[in-house]
Amino acid sequence: MTGKKKRRLFSPIYLTLVLIVLYLPILMVVIYSFNSGRTIGAWQGFTTGWYTRLFGNTLMADALKNSLILALLSAGLAGVIGTLGAIGLAHGHMRGSGFIESLATLPMMIPELVLGMAYLALFTAVGVKLGMGALIATHTTFCVPYVFINVKSRLVGMDPAIEEAARDLGASPMRVLRDITLPLIMPSVISGMMLAVAMSLDDVVISFFVTSAETTTLPLKVYTGLRSGGTPEINALSTLMLVAIFTCVAVSQLLTARSKANLDSSR
Amino acid sequence: MAHKSRMHAGESRRSAVFVLPMALLAVTLVALPLIYVLGTSLVETGQSFSFGAAFTLDNYRRLLRADYLLVFWESLKLAFLTTLLSFVIGYPFAYCMARAGKRWKSLLMMLVIIPFWTSALVRIYGWKILLQANGPINAVLRGLGLIEKNIKFLGSYGSVLLAMVYCMISFMILPCHSSIDKLDVTLVEAARDLGSKPWRAFLDVTLPLTMPGILAGCVLVFVPSVGIFYLADIMGGGLVLVGNLIRDQLLKVRDWNTGSAMSMVLIFITAGIYLLYRRSGGDDLGVF
Repeated sequence: MTGKKKRRLFSPIYLTLVLIVLYLPILMVVIYSFNSGRTIGAWQGFTTGWYTRLFGNTLMADALKNSLILALLSAGLAGVIGTLGAIGLAHGHMRGSGFIESLATLPMMIPELVLGMAYLALFTAVGVKLGMGALIATHTTFCVPYVFINVKSRLVGMDPAIEEAARDLGASPMRVLRDITLPLIMPSVISGMMLAVAMSLDDVVISFFVTSAETTTLPLKVYTGLRSGGTPEINALSTLMLVAIFTCVAVSQLLTARSKANLDSSR
Repeated sequence: MAHKSRMHAGESRRSAVFVLPMALLAVTLVALPLIYVLGTSLVETGQSFSFGAAFTLDNYRRLLRADYLLVFWESLKLAFLTTLLSFVIGYPFAYCMARAGKRWKSLLMMLVIIPFWTSALVRIYGWKILLQANGPINAVLRGLGLIEKNIKFLGSYGSVLLAMVYCMISFMILPCHSSIDKLDVTLVEAARDLGSKPWRAFLDVTLPLTMPGILAGCVLVFVPSVGIFYLADIMGGGLVLVGNLIRDQLLKVRDWNTGSAMSMVLIFITAGIYLLYRRSGGDDLGVF
Protein backbone atom coordinates (compact mmCIF):
# COMPACT_ATOMS: atom_id res chain seq x y z
CA MET A 1 0.00 0.00 0.00
CA THR A 2 2.73 2.41 0.94
CA GLY A 3 4.59 1.46 -2.21
CA LYS A 4 1.62 2.39 -4.31
CA LYS A 5 1.20 5.66 -2.48
CA LYS A 6 4.85 6.45 -3.00
CA ARG A 7 4.50 5.82 -6.69
CA ARG A 8 1.40 7.95 -6.90
CA LEU A 9 3.48 10.79 -5.54
CA PHE A 10 6.66 10.05 -7.45
CA SER A 11 5.02 9.87 -10.87
CA PRO A 12 3.56 13.41 -11.17
CA ILE A 13 6.65 14.93 -9.60
CA TYR A 14 8.98 13.16 -12.00
CA LEU A 15 6.81 13.95 -15.04
CA THR A 16 6.61 17.63 -14.09
CA LEU A 17 10.33 17.84 -13.41
CA VAL A 18 11.34 16.40 -16.77
CA LEU A 19 8.81 18.54 -18.61
CA ILE A 20 10.15 21.66 -16.90
CA VAL A 21 13.67 20.77 -18.00
CA LEU A 22 12.30 20.06 -21.50
CA TYR A 23 10.64 23.47 -21.82
CA LEU A 24 12.90 25.72 -19.72
CA PRO A 25 15.54 26.28 -22.43
CA ILE A 26 12.87 27.07 -25.02
CA LEU A 27 11.32 29.54 -22.60
CA MET A 28 14.73 31.13 -22.01
CA VAL A 29 15.18 31.87 -25.70
CA VAL A 30 11.79 33.58 -25.76
CA ILE A 31 12.36 35.54 -22.53
CA TYR A 32 15.80 36.76 -23.56
CA SER A 33 14.46 38.06 -26.86
CA PHE A 34 12.91 40.81 -24.73
CA ASN A 35 16.15 41.60 -22.89
CA SER A 36 17.21 45.20 -23.41
CA GLY A 37 20.92 44.36 -22.97
CA ARG A 38 23.04 44.29 -26.10
CA THR A 39 24.35 40.77 -25.45
CA ILE A 40 22.56 37.66 -24.24
CA GLY A 41 24.31 38.12 -20.85
CA ALA A 42 22.57 39.28 -17.70
CA TRP A 43 18.97 40.46 -17.72
CA GLN A 44 18.78 44.24 -18.08
CA GLY A 45 15.13 45.10 -18.55
CA PHE A 46 12.24 44.58 -20.93
CA THR A 47 12.11 45.77 -24.53
CA THR A 48 10.42 44.80 -27.77
CA GLY A 49 13.07 46.73 -29.65
CA TRP A 50 14.78 43.65 -31.08
CA TYR A 51 11.62 42.69 -32.94
CA THR A 52 11.26 46.16 -34.45
CA ARG A 53 14.90 46.04 -35.44
CA LEU A 54 14.42 42.59 -36.93
CA PHE A 55 11.58 43.75 -39.14
CA GLY A 56 13.56 46.79 -40.22
CA ASN A 57 16.52 44.64 -41.27
CA THR A 58 16.32 43.88 -44.99
CA LEU A 59 18.78 40.97 -44.74
CA MET A 60 16.52 39.36 -42.17
CA ALA A 61 13.43 40.08 -44.24
CA ASP A 62 15.14 38.34 -47.17
CA ALA A 63 16.03 35.33 -45.03
CA LEU A 64 12.45 35.16 -43.78
CA LYS A 65 11.08 35.36 -47.31
CA ASN A 66 13.49 32.65 -48.52
CA SER A 67 12.63 30.35 -45.64
CA LEU A 68 8.89 30.71 -46.16
CA ILE A 69 9.06 30.18 -49.92
CA LEU A 70 11.35 27.21 -49.41
CA ALA A 71 9.20 25.61 -46.69
CA LEU A 72 5.91 26.09 -48.52
CA LEU A 73 7.18 24.94 -51.91
CA SER A 74 9.05 21.90 -50.65
CA ALA A 75 6.22 20.85 -48.33
CA GLY A 76 3.75 21.31 -51.19
CA LEU A 77 5.85 19.26 -53.61
CA ALA A 78 6.52 16.64 -50.95
CA GLY A 79 2.78 16.55 -50.24
CA VAL A 80 1.95 15.69 -53.84
CA ILE A 81 4.87 13.31 -54.43
CA GLY A 82 4.56 11.55 -51.07
CA THR A 83 0.78 11.14 -51.26
CA LEU A 84 0.89 9.76 -54.80
CA GLY A 85 3.69 7.43 -53.76
CA ALA A 86 1.75 6.21 -50.74
CA ILE A 87 -1.40 5.55 -52.79
CA GLY A 88 0.65 3.72 -55.40
CA LEU A 89 2.52 1.59 -52.89
CA ALA A 90 -0.20 0.95 -50.28
CA HIS A 91 -2.12 -1.79 -52.05
CA GLY A 92 -0.17 -2.62 -55.14
CA HIS A 93 2.22 -5.54 -55.07
CA MET A 94 4.55 -4.02 -57.56
CA ARG A 95 7.97 -5.46 -58.11
CA GLY A 96 10.63 -3.35 -56.42
CA SER A 97 8.11 -1.48 -54.27
CA GLY A 98 10.00 -2.36 -51.08
CA PHE A 99 13.18 -1.02 -52.62
CA ILE A 100 11.59 2.27 -53.68
CA GLU A 101 10.07 2.67 -50.24
CA SER A 102 13.37 2.11 -48.44
CA LEU A 103 15.19 4.44 -50.79
CA ALA A 104 12.60 7.22 -50.46
CA THR A 105 12.60 7.03 -46.64
CA LEU A 106 16.38 6.67 -46.37
CA PRO A 107 16.92 10.43 -45.77
CA MET A 108 15.30 9.94 -42.34
CA MET A 109 17.86 7.32 -41.39
CA ILE A 110 21.26 8.50 -42.57
CA PRO A 111 23.11 11.37 -40.91
CA GLU A 112 22.11 14.72 -42.41
CA LEU A 113 25.74 15.68 -42.72
CA VAL A 114 26.43 12.79 -45.09
CA LEU A 115 23.46 13.67 -47.25
CA GLY A 116 24.42 17.34 -47.26
CA MET A 117 27.98 16.68 -48.39
CA ALA A 118 26.75 14.18 -50.97
CA TYR A 119 24.53 16.86 -52.48
CA LEU A 120 27.31 19.40 -52.57
CA ALA A 121 29.67 16.89 -54.20
CA LEU A 122 27.15 15.75 -56.81
CA PHE A 123 25.83 19.22 -57.63
CA THR A 124 29.34 20.58 -58.09
CA ALA A 125 30.30 17.64 -60.30
CA VAL A 126 27.20 17.79 -62.48
CA GLY A 127 27.14 21.58 -62.60
CA VAL A 128 23.86 22.20 -60.79
CA LYS A 129 23.74 25.80 -59.60
CA LEU A 130 23.61 26.10 -55.81
CA GLY A 131 20.91 28.30 -54.33
CA MET A 132 17.14 28.32 -54.23
CA GLY A 133 16.59 25.60 -56.84
CA ALA A 134 18.99 23.22 -55.10
CA LEU A 135 17.43 24.07 -51.73
CA ILE A 136 13.92 23.27 -52.97
CA ALA A 137 15.00 19.99 -54.57
CA THR A 138 16.86 18.76 -51.49
CA HIS A 139 14.25 19.92 -48.98
CA THR A 140 11.54 18.20 -51.02
CA THR A 141 13.61 15.02 -50.86
CA PHE A 142 13.91 14.98 -47.08
CA CYS A 143 10.27 16.10 -46.63
CA VAL A 144 8.77 13.29 -48.72
CA PRO A 145 9.22 10.57 -46.04
CA TYR A 146 7.15 12.52 -43.49
CA VAL A 147 4.18 12.75 -45.85
CA PHE A 148 4.68 9.26 -47.27
CA ILE A 149 4.82 7.42 -43.93
CA ASN A 150 1.91 9.38 -42.51
CA VAL A 151 -0.37 8.80 -45.51
CA LYS A 152 0.65 5.20 -46.03
CA SER A 153 -0.09 4.18 -42.46
CA ARG A 154 -3.51 5.79 -42.82
CA LEU A 155 -4.18 3.95 -46.10
CA VAL A 156 -3.11 0.62 -44.63
CA GLY A 157 -5.38 1.15 -41.63
CA MET A 158 -8.36 2.01 -43.82
CA ASP A 159 -11.20 -0.45 -44.36
CA PRO A 160 -10.86 -1.65 -47.99
CA ALA A 161 -14.61 -2.29 -48.06
CA ILE A 162 -15.26 1.44 -48.40
CA GLU A 163 -13.39 1.71 -51.71
CA GLU A 164 -14.79 -1.62 -52.88
CA ALA A 165 -18.35 -0.47 -52.18
CA ALA A 166 -17.82 2.63 -54.31
CA ARG A 167 -16.36 0.51 -57.11
CA ASP A 168 -19.22 -2.00 -56.95
CA LEU A 169 -21.65 0.88 -57.29
CA GLY A 170 -19.95 1.68 -60.58
CA ALA A 171 -17.54 4.47 -59.74
CA SER A 172 -14.52 4.70 -62.01
CA PRO A 173 -11.08 4.31 -60.37
CA MET A 174 -10.45 8.03 -60.74
CA ARG A 175 -13.79 8.81 -59.17
CA VAL A 176 -13.09 6.48 -56.25
CA LEU A 177 -9.77 8.20 -55.74
CA ARG A 178 -11.24 11.69 -55.87
CA ASP A 179 -14.45 11.14 -53.92
CA ILE A 180 -13.51 8.41 -51.46
CA THR A 181 -9.78 7.90 -50.96
CA LEU A 182 -8.54 11.49 -51.04
CA PRO A 183 -11.07 12.92 -48.56
CA LEU A 184 -10.35 10.02 -46.19
CA ILE A 185 -6.58 10.49 -46.24
CA MET A 186 -6.65 14.31 -46.35
CA PRO A 187 -6.02 14.78 -42.59
CA SER A 188 -2.90 12.60 -42.86
CA VAL A 189 -1.73 14.45 -45.95
CA ILE A 190 -2.04 17.80 -44.19
CA SER A 191 -0.51 16.51 -40.98
CA GLY A 192 2.45 15.12 -42.93
CA MET A 193 2.84 18.40 -44.82
CA MET A 194 2.79 20.36 -41.56
CA LEU A 195 5.65 18.23 -40.27
CA ALA A 196 7.41 18.81 -43.57
CA VAL A 197 7.06 22.58 -43.15
CA ALA A 198 8.45 22.28 -39.62
CA MET A 199 11.39 20.17 -40.84
CA SER A 200 12.20 22.56 -43.66
CA LEU A 201 11.96 25.64 -41.43
CA ASP A 202 14.31 23.83 -39.07
CA ASP A 203 17.00 22.53 -41.36
CA VAL A 204 20.55 23.76 -40.92
CA VAL A 205 22.82 21.01 -42.11
CA ILE A 206 21.55 20.31 -45.62
CA SER A 207 20.84 23.99 -46.34
CA PHE A 208 24.37 24.79 -45.16
CA PHE A 209 25.80 22.70 -47.99
CA VAL A 210 23.51 23.51 -50.93
CA THR A 211 22.87 27.21 -50.44
CA SER A 212 24.65 30.02 -52.24
CA ALA A 213 25.96 33.27 -50.80
CA GLU A 214 22.87 35.15 -52.00
CA THR A 215 20.23 32.89 -50.49
CA THR A 216 20.34 32.50 -46.73
CA THR A 217 17.55 31.03 -44.68
CA LEU A 218 16.45 31.78 -41.12
CA PRO A 219 18.05 28.72 -39.48
CA LEU A 220 21.32 29.48 -41.25
CA LYS A 221 21.19 33.03 -39.89
CA VAL A 222 20.57 31.62 -36.42
CA TYR A 223 23.43 29.15 -36.83
CA THR A 224 25.98 31.76 -37.90
CA GLY A 225 24.69 34.11 -35.21
CA LEU A 226 25.11 31.42 -32.56
CA ARG A 227 28.61 30.44 -33.56
CA SER A 228 29.67 34.00 -32.89
CA GLY A 229 27.99 33.96 -29.48
CA GLY A 230 24.38 34.99 -30.04
CA THR A 231 22.58 38.32 -29.74
CA PRO A 232 19.07 39.29 -28.60
CA GLU A 233 18.24 39.80 -32.26
CA ILE A 234 18.98 36.11 -32.85
CA ASN A 235 16.68 35.36 -29.91
CA ALA A 236 13.91 37.36 -31.52
CA LEU A 237 14.47 35.50 -34.78
CA SER A 238 14.48 32.14 -32.98
CA THR A 239 11.27 33.05 -31.19
CA LEU A 240 9.52 33.77 -34.48
CA MET A 241 10.78 30.43 -35.82
CA LEU A 242 9.55 28.69 -32.68
CA VAL A 243 6.07 30.17 -33.06
CA ALA A 244 5.86 29.02 -36.68
CA ILE A 245 7.12 25.51 -35.92
CA PHE A 246 4.97 25.10 -32.79
CA THR A 247 1.89 26.04 -34.78
CA CYS A 248 2.65 23.57 -37.57
CA VAL A 249 3.37 20.70 -35.18
CA ALA A 250 0.34 21.41 -33.00
CA VAL A 251 -1.97 21.48 -36.03
CA SER A 252 -0.40 18.25 -37.30
CA GLN A 253 -0.84 16.53 -33.92
CA LEU A 254 -4.47 17.64 -33.58
CA LEU A 255 -5.26 16.38 -37.09
CA THR A 256 -3.60 13.02 -36.38
CA ALA A 257 -5.42 12.66 -33.07
CA ARG A 258 -8.75 13.48 -34.67
CA SER A 259 -8.31 11.13 -37.62
CA LYS A 260 -7.30 8.36 -35.21
CA ALA A 261 -10.45 8.99 -33.18
CA ASN A 262 -12.54 8.89 -36.37
CA LEU A 263 -10.92 5.64 -37.40
CA ASP A 264 -11.61 4.09 -33.99
CA SER A 265 -15.23 5.19 -33.95
CA SER A 266 -15.84 3.90 -37.48
CA ARG A 267 -14.81 0.43 -36.38
CA MET B 1 -12.77 -12.84 -65.40
CA ALA B 2 -11.19 -11.15 -68.37
CA HIS B 3 -12.71 -7.91 -67.23
CA LYS B 4 -11.26 -8.33 -63.79
CA SER B 5 -7.74 -9.03 -64.96
CA ARG B 6 -7.89 -6.05 -67.29
CA MET B 7 -8.93 -3.90 -64.38
CA HIS B 8 -5.99 -5.22 -62.40
CA ALA B 9 -3.57 -4.44 -65.16
CA GLY B 10 -5.01 -0.92 -65.35
CA GLU B 11 -4.75 -0.53 -61.64
CA SER B 12 -1.15 -1.62 -61.41
CA ARG B 13 -0.30 0.69 -64.30
CA ARG B 14 -1.96 3.49 -62.33
CA SER B 15 0.04 2.54 -59.25
CA ALA B 16 3.22 2.69 -61.28
CA VAL B 17 2.37 6.16 -62.58
CA PHE B 18 1.63 7.35 -59.05
CA VAL B 19 4.89 6.00 -57.66
CA LEU B 20 6.96 7.37 -60.54
CA PRO B 21 7.68 10.88 -59.19
CA MET B 22 8.76 9.51 -55.81
CA ALA B 23 10.87 6.81 -57.45
CA LEU B 24 12.58 9.39 -59.68
CA LEU B 25 13.27 11.63 -56.71
CA ALA B 26 14.62 8.73 -54.66
CA VAL B 27 16.94 7.64 -57.44
CA THR B 28 18.27 11.08 -58.43
CA LEU B 29 18.47 12.72 -55.01
CA VAL B 30 19.05 9.80 -52.64
CA ALA B 31 20.73 6.94 -54.49
CA LEU B 32 22.80 8.97 -56.95
CA PRO B 33 24.44 11.33 -54.41
CA LEU B 34 25.31 8.42 -52.12
CA ILE B 35 26.76 6.40 -54.99
CA TYR B 36 28.77 9.45 -55.96
CA VAL B 37 30.19 9.73 -52.44
CA LEU B 38 31.05 6.03 -52.48
CA GLY B 39 32.77 6.52 -55.83
CA THR B 40 34.68 9.58 -54.65
CA SER B 41 35.90 7.68 -51.61
CA LEU B 42 37.34 5.00 -53.90
CA VAL B 43 39.45 7.12 -56.26
CA GLU B 44 42.80 8.74 -55.60
CA THR B 45 43.03 12.02 -53.72
CA GLY B 46 42.33 15.04 -55.85
CA GLN B 47 40.50 13.08 -58.54
CA SER B 48 36.79 13.16 -59.10
CA PHE B 49 34.83 10.02 -59.59
CA SER B 50 34.29 8.54 -63.03
CA PHE B 51 33.79 4.99 -64.13
CA GLY B 52 37.11 4.85 -65.92
CA ALA B 53 39.07 5.94 -62.84
CA ALA B 54 41.43 3.59 -61.06
CA PHE B 55 39.97 2.47 -57.77
CA THR B 56 41.95 2.44 -54.56
CA LEU B 57 41.39 1.94 -50.85
CA ASP B 58 44.01 4.55 -49.92
CA ASN B 59 41.43 7.02 -48.60
CA TYR B 60 40.20 4.42 -46.15
CA ARG B 61 43.70 3.37 -45.19
CA ARG B 62 44.47 6.99 -44.41
CA LEU B 63 41.69 6.99 -41.81
CA LEU B 64 43.66 4.58 -39.67
CA ARG B 65 45.71 7.46 -38.28
CA ALA B 66 45.67 7.57 -34.50
CA ASP B 67 44.12 11.03 -34.26
CA TYR B 68 41.28 10.16 -36.67
CA LEU B 69 40.59 6.94 -34.83
CA LEU B 70 40.47 8.91 -31.60
CA VAL B 71 37.82 11.23 -33.08
CA PHE B 72 35.70 8.25 -34.17
CA TRP B 73 36.15 6.75 -30.71
CA GLU B 74 35.09 10.04 -29.05
CA SER B 75 31.98 10.24 -31.23
CA LEU B 76 30.97 6.67 -30.46
CA LYS B 77 31.62 7.23 -26.75
CA LEU B 78 29.51 10.39 -26.69
CA ALA B 79 26.72 8.63 -28.61
CA PHE B 80 26.87 5.71 -26.19
CA LEU B 81 26.72 7.93 -23.10
CA THR B 82 23.87 9.91 -24.67
CA THR B 83 21.93 6.71 -25.30
CA LEU B 84 22.56 5.40 -21.78
CA LEU B 85 21.49 8.63 -20.08
CA SER B 86 18.46 9.00 -22.36
CA PHE B 87 17.38 5.53 -21.28
CA VAL B 88 17.98 6.13 -17.57
CA ILE B 89 15.98 9.37 -17.63
CA GLY B 90 13.55 8.59 -20.44
CA TYR B 91 12.35 5.12 -19.48
CA PRO B 92 10.93 6.11 -16.08
CA PHE B 93 9.30 9.09 -17.78
CA ALA B 94 7.70 6.85 -20.39
CA TYR B 95 6.61 4.49 -17.62
CA CYS B 96 4.95 7.23 -15.58
CA MET B 97 3.37 8.57 -18.76
CA ALA B 98 1.89 5.18 -19.68
CA ARG B 99 0.49 4.75 -16.17
CA ALA B 100 -0.98 8.27 -16.05
CA GLY B 101 -4.74 8.74 -16.33
CA LYS B 102 -6.35 8.68 -19.74
CA ARG B 103 -7.07 12.39 -19.63
CA TRP B 104 -3.47 13.25 -18.90
CA LYS B 105 -1.95 10.84 -21.35
CA SER B 106 -2.79 12.68 -24.58
CA LEU B 107 -1.73 16.00 -23.07
CA LEU B 108 1.60 14.52 -21.93
CA MET B 109 2.09 12.96 -25.35
CA MET B 110 1.57 16.33 -27.02
CA LEU B 111 3.95 18.02 -24.56
CA VAL B 112 6.68 15.50 -25.38
CA ILE B 113 6.12 15.56 -29.15
CA ILE B 114 6.15 19.32 -29.67
CA PRO B 115 9.77 19.92 -28.58
CA PHE B 116 10.72 16.72 -30.45
CA TRP B 117 9.86 18.46 -33.72
CA THR B 118 11.22 21.85 -32.67
CA SER B 119 14.51 23.25 -33.87
CA ALA B 120 17.37 21.51 -32.08
CA LEU B 121 19.43 24.60 -32.79
CA VAL B 122 17.09 26.91 -30.88
CA ARG B 123 16.78 24.47 -27.99
CA ILE B 124 20.54 24.20 -27.61
CA TYR B 125 20.70 27.97 -27.68
CA GLY B 126 18.35 27.94 -24.68
CA TRP B 127 20.88 25.84 -22.74
CA LYS B 128 23.62 28.19 -23.73
CA ILE B 129 21.68 31.07 -22.19
CA LEU B 130 20.88 29.05 -19.06
CA LEU B 131 24.45 27.88 -18.53
CA GLN B 132 26.41 31.01 -19.43
CA ALA B 133 28.66 32.53 -16.78
CA ASN B 134 26.28 35.36 -15.86
CA GLY B 135 23.16 33.35 -16.71
CA PRO B 136 20.16 32.21 -14.68
CA ILE B 137 21.59 28.95 -13.29
CA ASN B 138 24.68 30.63 -11.89
CA ALA B 139 22.48 33.43 -10.50
CA VAL B 140 20.23 30.92 -8.73
CA LEU B 141 23.16 28.96 -7.31
CA ARG B 142 24.74 32.19 -6.09
CA GLY B 143 21.44 33.36 -4.64
CA LEU B 144 21.15 30.13 -2.68
CA GLY B 145 24.66 30.66 -1.37
CA LEU B 146 25.84 27.39 -2.87
CA ILE B 147 28.68 28.96 -4.84
CA GLU B 148 30.71 32.12 -4.52
CA LYS B 149 32.18 32.42 -7.99
CA ASN B 150 30.27 31.75 -11.20
CA ILE B 151 30.90 28.28 -12.56
CA LYS B 152 32.00 27.96 -16.16
CA PHE B 153 29.61 25.29 -17.40
CA LEU B 154 29.81 26.01 -21.10
CA GLY B 155 32.37 24.07 -23.05
CA SER B 156 32.66 21.30 -20.48
CA TYR B 157 32.06 17.72 -21.54
CA GLY B 158 29.08 17.65 -19.20
CA SER B 159 27.44 20.56 -21.00
CA VAL B 160 27.82 18.88 -24.39
CA LEU B 161 26.43 15.62 -23.01
CA LEU B 162 23.54 17.48 -21.40
CA ALA B 163 22.62 19.18 -24.68
CA MET B 164 22.90 15.85 -26.52
CA VAL B 165 20.59 14.03 -24.09
CA TYR B 166 18.23 16.97 -24.19
CA CYS B 167 18.02 16.85 -27.99
CA MET B 168 17.67 13.09 -28.25
CA ILE B 169 15.56 12.04 -25.27
CA SER B 170 12.20 12.18 -27.10
CA PHE B 171 13.48 9.49 -29.47
CA MET B 172 13.81 7.26 -26.39
CA ILE B 173 10.60 8.27 -24.62
CA LEU B 174 8.24 7.74 -27.56
CA PRO B 175 9.07 4.11 -28.49
CA CYS B 176 9.46 3.12 -24.82
CA HIS B 177 6.08 4.63 -24.09
CA SER B 178 4.32 2.73 -26.84
CA SER B 179 5.89 -0.53 -25.60
CA ILE B 180 4.95 0.09 -21.96
CA ASP B 181 1.49 1.21 -23.00
CA LYS B 182 0.91 -2.09 -24.80
CA LEU B 183 2.17 -4.14 -21.82
CA ASP B 184 -0.51 -6.34 -20.28
CA VAL B 185 -0.68 -5.16 -16.66
CA THR B 186 -2.19 -8.45 -15.51
CA LEU B 187 1.16 -10.14 -16.21
CA VAL B 188 2.89 -7.87 -13.72
CA GLU B 189 0.04 -8.37 -11.27
CA ALA B 190 0.34 -12.14 -11.66
CA ALA B 191 4.03 -11.97 -10.80
CA ARG B 192 3.23 -9.84 -7.76
CA ASP B 193 0.45 -12.23 -6.68
CA LEU B 194 2.89 -15.10 -6.89
CA GLY B 195 5.06 -13.29 -4.39
CA SER B 196 7.55 -11.33 -6.50
CA LYS B 197 8.95 -8.18 -4.97
CA PRO B 198 8.10 -5.08 -7.06
CA TRP B 199 11.64 -4.67 -8.47
CA ARG B 200 11.82 -8.41 -9.19
CA ALA B 201 8.55 -8.22 -11.13
CA PHE B 202 9.92 -5.22 -12.96
CA LEU B 203 13.18 -6.93 -13.91
CA ASP B 204 11.59 -10.28 -14.81
CA VAL B 205 8.39 -9.16 -16.48
CA THR B 206 8.17 -5.47 -17.38
CA LEU B 207 11.69 -4.95 -18.64
CA PRO B 208 11.90 -7.99 -20.96
CA LEU B 209 8.42 -7.37 -22.34
CA THR B 210 9.18 -3.75 -23.15
CA MET B 211 12.56 -4.59 -24.69
CA PRO B 212 11.38 -3.90 -28.27
CA GLY B 213 10.63 -0.29 -27.33
CA ILE B 214 13.93 0.07 -25.50
CA LEU B 215 15.91 -1.31 -28.44
CA ALA B 216 14.09 0.93 -30.91
CA GLY B 217 14.76 3.91 -28.65
CA CYS B 218 18.44 3.07 -28.39
CA VAL B 219 18.83 2.86 -32.17
CA LEU B 220 16.87 6.08 -32.70
CA VAL B 221 19.07 7.92 -30.19
CA PHE B 222 22.41 6.36 -31.04
CA VAL B 223 22.36 6.77 -34.82
CA PRO B 224 21.77 10.53 -35.07
CA SER B 225 24.09 11.06 -32.08
CA VAL B 226 27.07 9.66 -33.96
CA GLY B 227 26.66 12.05 -36.87
CA ILE B 228 25.72 15.24 -35.06
CA PHE B 229 28.11 18.08 -35.78
CA TYR B 230 26.92 21.52 -34.81
CA LEU B 231 25.94 20.81 -31.23
CA ALA B 232 29.46 20.57 -29.85
CA ASP B 233 30.35 23.67 -31.89
CA ILE B 234 27.67 25.74 -30.27
CA MET B 235 28.25 24.53 -26.73
CA GLY B 236 31.94 25.35 -27.15
CA GLY B 237 34.88 23.55 -25.62
CA GLY B 238 36.41 22.37 -28.86
CA LEU B 239 35.27 18.76 -28.71
CA VAL B 240 35.99 17.36 -32.18
CA LEU B 241 33.50 14.77 -33.42
CA VAL B 242 33.25 12.85 -36.69
CA GLY B 243 30.86 15.48 -37.99
CA ASN B 244 33.35 18.28 -37.42
CA LEU B 245 36.09 16.19 -38.96
CA ILE B 246 34.08 15.57 -42.14
CA ARG B 247 33.04 19.21 -42.43
CA ASP B 248 36.64 20.38 -42.06
CA GLN B 249 37.88 17.84 -44.62
CA LEU B 250 35.42 19.29 -47.12
CA LEU B 251 35.48 22.99 -46.42
CA LYS B 252 38.93 23.64 -44.95
CA VAL B 253 41.29 20.93 -46.19
CA ARG B 254 39.21 20.49 -49.37
CA ASP B 255 40.11 16.83 -49.52
CA TRP B 256 36.86 15.43 -50.83
CA ASN B 257 38.15 11.90 -51.17
CA THR B 258 39.13 11.51 -47.54
CA GLY B 259 35.95 13.32 -46.48
CA SER B 260 33.91 10.89 -48.58
CA ALA B 261 35.69 7.93 -47.03
CA MET B 262 34.85 9.29 -43.57
CA SER B 263 31.21 9.71 -44.59
CA MET B 264 31.12 6.17 -45.89
CA VAL B 265 32.47 4.88 -42.57
CA LEU B 266 29.69 6.80 -40.84
CA ILE B 267 27.14 5.18 -43.17
CA PHE B 268 28.65 1.74 -42.54
CA ILE B 269 28.37 2.28 -38.78
CA THR B 270 24.74 3.38 -39.16
CA ALA B 271 23.88 0.49 -41.47
CA GLY B 272 25.65 -1.96 -39.15
CA ILE B 273 23.57 -0.80 -36.21
CA TYR B 274 20.34 -1.13 -38.20
CA LEU B 275 21.31 -4.60 -39.37
CA LEU B 276 22.14 -5.73 -35.83
CA TYR B 277 18.85 -4.25 -34.68
CA ARG B 278 16.78 -6.02 -37.36
CA ARG B 279 18.72 -9.26 -36.79
CA SER B 280 17.82 -9.15 -33.10
CA GLY B 281 14.17 -9.09 -34.14
CA GLY B 282 13.63 -5.33 -33.97
CA ASP B 283 10.46 -3.83 -35.44
CA ASP B 284 10.33 -1.55 -38.40
CA LEU B 285 11.41 1.89 -37.21
CA GLY B 286 8.53 4.12 -38.17
CA VAL B 287 9.13 7.41 -36.45
CA PHE B 288 5.50 7.87 -35.50
